[in-house]
Amino acid sequence: MSFLTVRNLTASYGVSQALFGVDLTVAKGEVTALLGRNGMGKSTTVKSICQMIRSKGTITLDGLNLQNLPSYKVSREGVGLVPEGRRCFSDLTVRENLIATARPGEWDLNEVTKLFPRLDERKGQRAGSLSGGEQQMLAIGRALMTNPRLLILDEATEGLAPIIRQEIWAAIRQLKQETSVAILLIDKSLKELSAISERAIILERGRTVWSGKMTSLTHEITEKYIGI
Amino acid sequence: MKFEERYLNLFVLVGLLLLPIWAQAMDEPFTITLATRAVILALAAVGLNLALGIGGMVSFGHAVFFGIGGYAMGILAYHAQTYTTLSLGLFETGGTNSMPVIWLVAMLLSGAVAFVIGLLSLRTSGVYFIMITLAFGQMFYYFAISWAQYGGEDGLSIYVRNGFPGLNTLVPIEFFGICFVLLCVTLVLFARLQSSPFGLALNAARQSKSRVAAVGLNPTRVKLLAFVLSGAVTGLAGALFADLNRFVSPTMFSWQLSGELIVLIIIGGVGRLMGPVIGACVFVALEHFLGEITDFWHVSLGIILLCIVLFGRGGLIGLITGKEGAHV
Repeated sequence: MSFLTVRNLTASYGVSQALFGVDLTVAKGEVTALLGRNGMGKSTTVKSICQMIRSKGTITLDGLNLQNLPSYKVSREGVGLVPEGRRCFSDLTVRENLIATARPGEWDLNEVTKLFPRLDERKGQRAGSLSGGEQQMLAIGRALMTNPRLLILDEATEGLAPIIRQEIWAAIRQLKQETSVAILLIDKSLKELSAISERAIILERGRTVWSGKMTSLTHEITEKYIGI
Repeated sequence: MKFEERYLNLFVLVGLLLLPIWAQAMDEPFTITLATRAVILALAAVGLNLALGIGGMVSFGHAVFFGIGGYAMGILAYHAQTYTTLSLGLFETGGTNSMPVIWLVAMLLSGAVAFVIGLLSLRTSGVYFIMITLAFGQMFYYFAISWAQYGGEDGLSIYVRNGFPGLNTLVPIEFFGICFVLLCVTLVLFARLQSSPFGLALNAARQSKSRVAAVGLNPTRVKLLAFVLSGAVTGLAGALFADLNRFVSPTMFSWQLSGELIVLIIIGGVGRLMGPVIGACVFVALEHFLGEITDFWHVSLGIILLCIVLFGRGGLIGLITGKEGAHV
């Protein structure tokens, strides 16, 4: 059953239209990959879902219309975002970053530091002084502290060392296995996405051009739309 | 050698407490008055620091709340001392000489005005926020000038200092004690507030409103609440300041005073708990000692401010402890 439903989504930055009709669905407890080349509208779609930019079209979460809600209410309805570029609160410590965003639920400081033991070691350190990988873990932890029902990860492994990327992917796998949270993933690593995602959606020039089970994503399709 | 910030904070507070005690022993009441002035300005700047240092709201109109606190004290005391009635539509009062009642009224009024100003100002940010708060400040300033009933441009004198149960507030050291306790209570409350989820959310909202919203917090509401608390504390300081001088005038609303409060915070350290206290002590000391030497003592203050902005972005606390402050 569809948990997040996006229909005919259009969005613009001023006069420049970025989305021309994106359709996507994410099922409960499922991992869905959002694929596409750079500049095809993946991050804009995510920002539209989170109401960080104005858009037109239908966006529902578990039947609730998210369109035109303030972005903080979208988060309170259960959409957790790990934004592109981490964007932690650099003046706050690791612990403060996590506490500031906490909402009641299964995810608390203990659970997050169990998932990312490095954060426990750095809990008194300012977020701005963490390495890129640690900041990424903090960004994921911060989103989990809001106890989301849908977690959106926008380029969560971008620019990280291979060993750190493996840690992030292991954490996402753990989330998939041990929780019921639905996950929408944007990443460039098709290999990792294929291993973890049940479904995939491909965007091309601001439109959904393919969606289906990850197992049915052929080499021809990825070569045509993603260039891999 | 670098000092731990908490030891420095303790040192400053103990020093600020010991100075008037020493002055009392030496029979130097003017020094006690100077220390009281520093404490009251520190309290006003502590209030502003919540909005500016933690919340990143560069308010150039905080003198509004200082002035409202001052006039709340002045008007209530004036009616009590002249046995006249203050009519507020359906409600009439004969004023009061009770400090706690005046403080409550000053905080409620300045908090309410801060709510209205914040509600309008927080729709903007950056230079527009500064300009809107400045505009409100000027509105209140010119209103006070033309408010002939309460002295207009000449201000309003209060002949007897208001009372506090169990204390003789006319004794400088006792009035200092009241102000010092209020400052300490406010510092403790603000320290707890800063490390609470609300304080952290406010700090986060200063860094990025959109990121805060993305994690489910309403940045405008968080900032508005901080602005109201900030205004209420500055209003309390205004009431004390008026009681110290036994005089209120439109200059309490002036933009220069708003600027001075910002300067105090920058000197001590923006966003640091004791930054405003250290800034106020330095400001009052310079005003007194350099003011005795030259009328142009503000030039020296300007040079100090320039050096701090250029070389010590964490203010004096940052220079002493070696730790940079908040990025506003």
